[in-house]
Amino acid sequence: MSELTKLKIAEARDALRKGDVTSAELTEACLTAIEGAGALNAFVHKTPEIAREQAAAADARIKSGDAPAMCGIPLGIKDLFCTKGVDSQAASRILQGFKPEYESTITSQLFDAGAVMLGKLNMDEFAMGSSNETSVYGNAVNPWRRGNDEAQLTPGGSSGGSAAAVAADLCLGATGTDTGGSIRQPAAFTGITGIKPTYGRCSRWGVVAFASSLDQAGPMTKDVRDAAIMLQAMCGHDAKDSTSADLAVPDFEAALTGDIKGKKIGIPKEYHMDGMPAEIEALWAEGRAMLKDAGAEIVDISLPHTKYALPTYYVIAPAEASSNLARYDGVRYGHRAQLGQGDGITEMYEKTRAEGFGEEVKRRVMVGTYVLSAGFYDAYYNKARKVRTLIKKDFEDVFAQGVDAILTPTTPSAAFGLGEMKDADPVKMYLNDVFTVTVNLAGLPGVAVPTGVDAQGLPLGLQLIGRPWEEGDLLNTAYALERAAGFVSKPGKWW
Amino acid sequence: MSIDIETAARVAKLARIKVEEDELPDLAHAFNDILGFIEQLNEVDVDGVEPMVSVTPMRLKRRQDGVTDGGMQDKVLKNAPDAREGFFAVPKVVE
Repeated sequence: MSELTKLKIAEARDALRKGDVTSAELTEACLTAIEGAGALNAFVHKTPEIAREQAAAADARIKSGDAPAMCGIPLGIKDLFCTKGVDSQAASRILQGFKPEYESTITSQLFDAGAVMLGKLNMDEFAMGSSNETSVYGNAVNPWRRGNDEAQLTPGGSSGGSAAAVAADLCLGATGTDTGGSIRQPAAFTGITGIKPTYGRCSRWGVVAFASSLDQAGPMTKDVRDAAIMLQAMCGHDAKDSTSADLAVPDFEAALTGDIKGKKIGIPKEYHMDGMPAEIEALWAEGRAMLKDAGAEIVDISLPHTKYALPTYYVIAPAEASSNLARYDGVRYGHRAQLGQGDGITEMYEKTRAEGFGEEVKRRVMVGTYVLSAGFYDAYYNKARKVRTLIKKDFEDVFAQGVDAILTPTTPSAAFGLGEMKDADPVKMYLNDVFTVTVNLAGLPGVAVPTGVDAQGLPLGLQLIGRPWEEGDLLNTAYALERAAGFVSKPGKWW
Repeated sequence: MSIDIETAARVAKLARIKVEEDELPDLAHAFNDILGFIEQLNEVDVDGVEPMVSVTPMRLKRRQDGVTDGGMQDKVLKNAPDAREGFFAVPKVVE
């Protein structure tokens, strides 16, 4: 593997500007690394022609002296983003062959800034999953292993391909999306950094919708500085997304001073879960000590409705999904089932959706249909929306007490083996998101930072949750934690 | 609340997803697992609590009610599984 692919975005940016490297060279190095990493199944649609063209344009732009930070940086794009003329199928069979005639706002912004697209990345189907095992492309594989054990591990989900690609140095950064933890959990499982910004920071236009009131895109990168740089390029108001915030985007990288003296960091007592591995507890305690040493004030806080976040999520997300996924009907795009003699339009819908959706997607669409159906709407859906109000209020109360950020574990375990959860009931898999899902329900920014490894050598991460719209401050706290933790481990190359 | 096979079939029908007879018991079982998990919400006192409408307090923007886009029939139809004479084609709807 070329050393070039190991560069961070900030390093590559500086080298590009100095003329020490060209985007064409960086891009070729990444394309070669991708070709050699088929075993990870991270890149599922490769776009080398587009990448070379964009790299050449970026090099010309850098030469002319007009080079935004992301100019010439090779990225992977999650398959959930619509990319013009390039397969965009949300890892679902129902969107097989779909090549959008338009570009998502986020990828447009990245390309306008000069970024290079290497290809589309594996994920759970419609972003529904926590292990990348619901993908029509097959599993993405974590580049990390348990010591010398060759068992394949999950890179997490739903942004599993993004996480695997960044951790294995196939690209310098990747886009992810996060509805219940889909950026932060895979980031934790692969030892990288990922931030879900405040709801409304990034435009959802052109991103295949799962649960519209929870979905947010964000960057997945090799460190906090890179996350700040890439997030900057992804954010901004977009008239095409009615929930996009019309707020100025501050300079996130400039916020990274590492100075967190006097910051109040909350430790929520409800995140001490029964049966949580001692290693996670220890990691969390170390994180507290690191932030305290850096001058922060650590305070115990309570978020009393934490326990109800997952059940609330598993009403609201399927309800919104059942509505959003109603559009896949075999009429306007994607797959249409082969029809039998006498089949009418209803059979066309039913057969198309039965063939096109995978098991988890079908299950969630039907659960959503049930909780929205006559007679159950109040008992389930409205109830969940009320509990969601209370969950958000928990956070508002602690922020009103002067808390600047909240420190929690990112996940209740390290990466697990692919297939290990196959026979578990769906609820067991849902528990992966226990620490991350509250953040989506409350619309807050959350960042996952790798801070240690477990006894088997697998990465573990901590999560910081910030006040709405204060991603800069949150990233600065994450930066202080990153510096104190000094996490530098990389997976050994076996692929 | 326990979901029986009949309810599972009704939900599948509402969702327009074909589920074979022999798959219904497993589906009902999965629903029961998930709904059992959701039942926890009954413990929460939500008296006087407003259901959340928007996670960030915002007033939706308004714009001129005018045509801003269009004239791209070919692009709209480009990905259709069956498009004929400028239309999406589907099986006969009206007898």
